[in-house]
Amino acid sequence: MLHMSRRDFVKITGTGLALATLPGFIRSGFANVVPGDNPYKFYFNRFGIDEDMVQKVMAEALHYGGDYCDLFFQNQLSNSIRLQDNIVNSASTNVTLGVGIRVLKGDQTGYSFTEDISLVSMKAAARTAAGIASGSAKKAPQTFNSTKLMNYYDTQVSWEDVGIKDKVEMLQAINEDIFKQDSRVIKASVNFSDSENYILVVNSEGGLATDYQPMLRISAGCTAEENGKRENNYFDYSVRDDINFLTPERLKRLPKEAVARTVKLFEAQTPPAGEMPVVLAAGSSGILLHEAIGHGMEADFNRQGISVFSDMINQKVAEEFVTIVDNGTNPHVRGSINVDDEGHPSQETVLVENGVLRTFMHDRISAKHYGVDPTGSGRRESFKHYPMPRMRNTYMKNGPHKYAEIIANVKYGIIAEQFTNGQVNIGPGDFTFYVKSGSLIEDGKVTGPIKDVNIIGNGPEVLSRVTMVADDMVMAEGGWTCGKNGQSVPVSMGLPSVLVSSITVGGRG
Amino acid sequence: MEKNIQLDLGYWVQKKAKQLGATESALGINHARSVSVDFRDGKVEKLKESTQQALWIEIFAKGRYSNHSTNDLRKESLEKFIANAVDLTGFLEKDEFRKLPDPELYKGQSSVDLDLYDAKQSDVTADERLRRAKELGETLDGKDDRIISIASGFYDSHSETYHLKSNGFEGHKESTSFTHGASVSMQGKGDKKPEGWRYYRAHHLEDLVDAEQTALEALERTKARMGAEKIPSETMPLLLENSNAAGLFWRIMYPLSASAIQQKNSFLEGKQDQQIASDVLTILDNPSIIRGLGSRYYDGDGIAAKQMPLITNGVLNNYFVDVYYGNKLGWKPTKGGASNLIVKPGLRSGAEIEAGLDRAILVTDWLGGNANPTTGDYSLGVAGWLIENGKRVKSITEMNISGNYTDLLMNLVEVGNDPWVHSSFRTPTMLFDKVNFSGS
Repeated sequence: MLHMSRRDFVKITGTGLALATLPGFIRSGFANVVPGDNPYKFYFNRFGIDEDMVQKVMAEALHYGGDYCDLFFQNQLSNSIRLQDNIVNSASTNVTLGVGIRVLKGDQTGYSFTEDISLVSMKAAARTAAGIASGSAKKAPQTFNSTKLMNYYDTQVSWEDVGIKDKVEMLQAINEDIFKQDSRVIKASVNFSDSENYILVVNSEGGLATDYQPMLRISAGCTAEENGKRENNYFDYSVRDDINFLTPERLKRLPKEAVARTVKLFEAQTPPAGEMPVVLAAGSSGILLHEAIGHGMEADFNRQGISVFSDMINQKVAEEFVTIVDNGTNPHVRGSINVDDEGHPSQETVLVENGVLRTFMHDRISAKHYGVDPTGSGRRESFKHYPMPRMRNTYMKNGPHKYAEIIANVKYGIIAEQFTNGQVNIGPGDFTFYVKSGSLIEDGKVTGPIKDVNIIGNGPEVLSRVTMVADDMVMAEGGWTCGKNGQSVPVSMGLPSVLVSSITVGGRG
Repeated sequence: MEKNIQLDLGYWVQKKAKQLGATESALGINHARSVSVDFRDGKVEKLKESTQQALWIEIFAKGRYSNHSTNDLRKESLEKFIANAVDLTGFLEKDEFRKLPDPELYKGQSSVDLDLYDAKQSDVTADERLRRAKELGETLDGKDDRIISIASGFYDSHSETYHLKSNGFEGHKESTSFTHGASVSMQGKGDKKPEGWRYYRAHHLEDLVDAEQTALEALERTKARMGAEKIPSETMPLLLENSNAAGLFWRIMYPLSASAIQQKNSFLEGKQDQQIASDVLTILDNPSIIRGLGSRYYDGDGIAAKQMPLITNGVLNNYFVDVYYGNKLGWKPTKGGASNLIVKPGLRSGAEIEAGLDRAILVTDWLGGNANPTTGDYSLGVAGWLIENGKRVKSITEMNISGNYTDLLMNLVEVGNDPWVHSSFRTPTMLFDKVNFSGS
């Protein structure tokens, strides 16, 4: 909702979602590389539209003199399936179909959508969105040109073609493995969800783009008991990929990690409190970047002058070995997109280059405001929402240090390893992230696990305190979801091992 | 969608599910319309209008269960959708605990009109929405030279849902919602731009807090964040602002649920009839407050809504027990989740409690953090004021509170007489002793 607008957050996707394949659904035999001379024809057919209809809807949208309009068609098919108490006892499916119509007048937005893709309904929605402008009508384009795109998530098998029986057997095998790992396990759950998202964006400048966006998430969780104490934890993968991602090795690792992460918590000590050095372990520690700098670099906040980073472009904000990017082109990574939801091709956007703040993440409105090219960051949750600048995969590039060197440098501090959620206040730059598990460092040595502690800091201050960056960057593996202005989008993040010289740790010790 | 068309479609879906092999079914059909108007610095920033519909259905077939949703309500699409849903259910494993509620639980719905629908909503014009959003923001024009940007908005919606269960339940919910408010950014020290906001929601337009007051509160909350800094770690009393107290308590709602207990993920398992909080805490779940934001006639299972004591003088009276996890535990269902939670007020106002404190932190905002439902451990980001000798002496931010809910609830020493009525969780000001604050 609206009060979330300055309190943007990221969290690990809930484990409650799970799916099942719909046999013989709307789609059949579709390949995700669009073929032929008319690459968008498949999508026009899918949505039951043609050029003439689009032109008529656009004419309606521009009836009151809007500068620009776009139509965002979407059809998403989602399935989930869940194992709990040793049986695969629940499945869900969801179908989403509709078109969102946006009209821009300067930096003002009119938006409406319809779930009925008929000319009458679309024209009615277009007329509503057109109300943002007041002037004389403008003409719709005569032709549409398809944008040529790269494919960063090539797949071989549609999720539609994966039978539910196979999924049921997979979940049962994982469940058995969880209990085999450790006799202290008393409960286990496994969730499997997949989705296929088909989008078509067409705009009044004659631009047209299409995309097929697959997604998989699989998670295993368990509760273990020891001497009357209980702990719960999980492990998950989330990727834009097909069933071939789930190799025997990965399926074996899932229950193993889930149990290891859970039983480790029995040994955890009370986390310390106060300002101290914190080592961010390689991987999902990239949540630090997402909160400390990512949201503050989304150009809508800067265009409005309300971000802590609004006046810092080309200023030094970190050591010169710090380079941070937001990238939509990492193969099969959860936050990757071939094209953004405004039709701009995806790219790698450099936020910080060798310690200097470089580029905001733009949507169409902000790019025009700043007189720069869009960065392919205009994203939306669905056709029911207007696009805004959003992150994709945010990570820091490798630095000159070694992991062992970093640990040896810490007299007393913690390593943050696994995270559940983070949040930021854009204006002052204050942010937090919650450490589900980590370790204590004493006299340059890792001495034991810690758990459940919130870390709180200020974005620009913490960036300036990144004093060491290792050469071991990895991307997060799990299913992160970012929330902003009430809209959720899938993202990912990554980090090499990093030392922040001082930040507030919310423990008790 | 017209009412009879919506309900008729529900009956059609129910019948079709039976024909296609479902033993039982439970479904909901919703139709909703909403309009939002956002202003920034005196200019329309975004106008959005939407009308949407959705159908969701739970299928019970041969001892198996699945649930499905779609927004494509054309009958030809729905028939295929239901057939697929029933087919798919057959591939799952049997679950003896998945069944529709005992119809006895449907009986006894309140006959009182909860008045959740404002008929006047249909009279609100596009111009009035624009005017309301604009004027709310304009209230703050020239109020403080440090203001960078003011965002204001007005949002309203109408939602109507029918619920049908194949063993006889029929339910209807219709409500309207109005929200307005403002967010303010100010130029702080260096590059910092502190922000504050206030939004109010009500079922009836006339119940919204006055627009000028709303805007001024947003400004005051922003000014309160100016110059905020952390202070050294310390254990001291925590005074929790009434509008912010729900942020601490909603985290114990999951541990109070039958699902958390059955899945062995609750630190409150086995605590019924035991003291889990100090005796100043009494919380009642009351679904029947006229125009209440959490008011309802029935819950997700169709169980008729009734009052339920949750905690009385610190003793845990009841859990939230839904039908499915109730079946698994062998417990009688109570309700699937909270409706309106009413904390019994104390004797003094928040201001009076504050004036009597020698040294404490008043928490006015949360920032992130989390709690472990299995162990009760929590670690939460906070901002607010350092209080010395009853006075707010320093604005603080970038600090955490940490501990275990078991201790925190027992250390509740006083509740105020000022419940925050603009929420479904009506919490007064609360004072806790011995809370760990970590800072510099």
